[in-house]
Amino acid sequence: MAVNSGRGEGYWSYVWRQFKRNRLAVMGLYAVMGLFFLAIFADFLANDKPYYMRYQDRTYFPIFRSYLVRLGVGSWPLELLNVNFKELDSQRSIFPPIPYRSNGIDLTVPFSNPSQTHWLGTDKLGRDLMAGIIHGSRISLSIGFVAVGISLVIGIVLGALAGFFGSWVDLVISRLFELMLAIPTFFLLITIAALLPPSIFLTMAVIGLTSWVGIARFTRNEFLRIRNLDYVTAAIALGVSSRKVMFRHILPNALAPVMVSVALGIAAAILVESGLSFLGIGVPADLVTWGSILNEARSNSFAWWLVVFPGAAIFITVLAYYLVGEGLRDALDPRLRGS
Amino acid sequence: MWRYIFQRILLFLPTFIGITLISFLIMRLAPGDPAELLAGGGLAAAGASGISLEKRGAVDQALAQWRAQYGLDRPLHIQYGMWLKNLFALDFGVSFKDNQPVFGKILDRLPVTIKLNILSIFLVYLVAIPLGIYSATHSYSFGDQVTTLFAFILFSLPVVWAGTMALTFLCGGDFFYLFPPAGLTSIDYSPNWPLWERLKDQVWHLFLPVLLLSYAQFAGLSRYMRTGMREVLSQDYVRTARAKGLSETKVVYKHVLRNSLIPMVTILASILPGLIGGSIIIETIFSIPGLGQLGYQAVLARDYPTVMAIFTVSSLLALVGILLSDILLTMVDPRIAFGRREQ
Repeated sequence: MAVNSGRGEGYWSYVWRQFKRNRLAVMGLYAVMGLFFLAIFADFLANDKPYYMRYQDRTYFPIFRSYLVRLGVGSWPLELLNVNFKELDSQRSIFPPIPYRSNGIDLTVPFSNPSQTHWLGTDKLGRDLMAGIIHGSRISLSIGFVAVGISLVIGIVLGALAGFFGSWVDLVISRLFELMLAIPTFFLLITIAALLPPSIFLTMAVIGLTSWVGIARFTRNEFLRIRNLDYVTAAIALGVSSRKVMFRHILPNALAPVMVSVALGIAAAILVESGLSFLGIGVPADLVTWGSILNEARSNSFAWWLVVFPGAAIFITVLAYYLVGEGLRDALDPRLRGS
Repeated sequence: MWRYIFQRILLFLPTFIGITLISFLIMRLAPGDPAELLAGGGLAAAGASGISLEKRGAVDQALAQWRAQYGLDRPLHIQYGMWLKNLFALDFGVSFKDNQPVFGKILDRLPVTIKLNILSIFLVYLVAIPLGIYSATHSYSFGDQVTTLFAFILFSLPVVWAGTMALTFLCGGDFFYLFPPAGLTSIDYSPNWPLWERLKDQVWHLFLPVLLLSYAQFAGLSRYMRTGMREVLSQDYVRTARAKGLSETKVVYKHVLRNSLIPMVTILASILPGLIGGSIIIETIFSIPGLGQLGYQAVLARDYPTVMAIFTVSSLLALVGILLSDILLTMVDPRIAFGRREQ
């Protein structure tokens, strides 16, 4: 499928050149990168611990130390164990721009309006909304990896088997597709997530387990098409094993369209997760996700900031992934080339 | 044709059994016990609150009795077999929550959800097809790009957000009061009202839920229509039609539109199951007593018979939808022979 447009250009650099021409898709890519930035540096952007602190004539780097503690290689000095850093009588300290934790409860400021101290306001337990949204980006990002990763593996394996072997294998796997199409997926998800103990990673895994059918059908159709190409017949005639033909010879050529489903799948998974946490299913009570903030807003409709901001975060993230996915589709689709 | 339909129904059978088996196993194998939930925290709570061993024994006995009453103490395969046997008599058992027959509950709720979904599908096609026609006949124009972007924005708009936003800003509270925040009819609604008043009240209540259920589908369907129509527009017979001097309107609406409507039928099958899932959120937000709300509450209460019944009914509806759209497709397009649609 490699397109050499006369200058010896590789396939992926050609795709990238096509992708760059689509301004909306590039904007989407920037937004996704921004989300990665938020998620990776969430602890440094919103945290109730200071970056740097001078206390009792000693120097501390509490945020960094908390990483060490979490990894098990360090521990808190006794004078800093379970303290509120903001009330500590330190000589000097530098706090992050948003000096709150996402789940830091402060019952003195419930439902505070967006203001100088709380940029986006607080919820009913006085948790800072900005911190919640920044740390919530981690969950949106992990959904991409966990849920879509799982559905990708299942989808590619089943799709490849059905498309490559055909006959009764295809018949059985196609019944499985039909089953997944007919079953009310969202209701299935709610049922599983509500019955299992609340855990965001379990929820993501369940989303992955119930959303592979699109990728599988895509892979199957690609395999059906490529399987009859001459080079595959040649490989089989040469006695290459089925597994090698499937995964070494066919899969790389079938992967490009699957990439599109990955980007669209991440967007869909984020939407589904927001729906679940909105219904209050699958999210532990102390975890703040974008959907769970919306859930709280439903019963306190005067607190408009609890509706507007987390929803906008979900919306922007989903839109960004869709734009990237559509940009990829246009860049990869040979039929649109040159038009 | 009848042979084909019979074949399809035979193939549906394993699918249907599979769905019921999956939903059955999920509920029975998941940790947790409906009996304990019903007893309010059960033995753990009883032990924690310091109830004597003797009384705990009594609680234990009551729970065992309750389980026996619903057959929960038998082996799993026998429970499933009994469920399947009762299904043929349209008996879904009784709800754990209030001991009412589940079948009656479903019958009460089903019309509401079906009404919402049919109105929504109608709205989706009503909006998406003209949009698709416009985009295809004006492709890559400014208007097409604006339509596409707008469709994308709607597609990415989380329904939970749109729903809560509508509830917060449009349904009373501190902001505008344009639409009712809950229910399907006003409290004082009565069948004695004049027809016009009844209709107005229902439209007023259904407007937001139906719109919220539909808007995300506008994008997918109008894009699909656009692609399909562009494909037809590049066919030879369209060039012939233009060459013989037909007006553009006639070419588009008489020759192209008919043929590009065909694939739209197939889409119906794929929207149907999704809509029932989507209505869970909408029905919860607007407190609409439909199947989605019933299912959500049943799941939370571990009301196994009700959950099973909802799985069964909605997957049956979806399977019938798939079959119907296959039959419709062969009726509108005789080129597609029965049983030859495997790809």
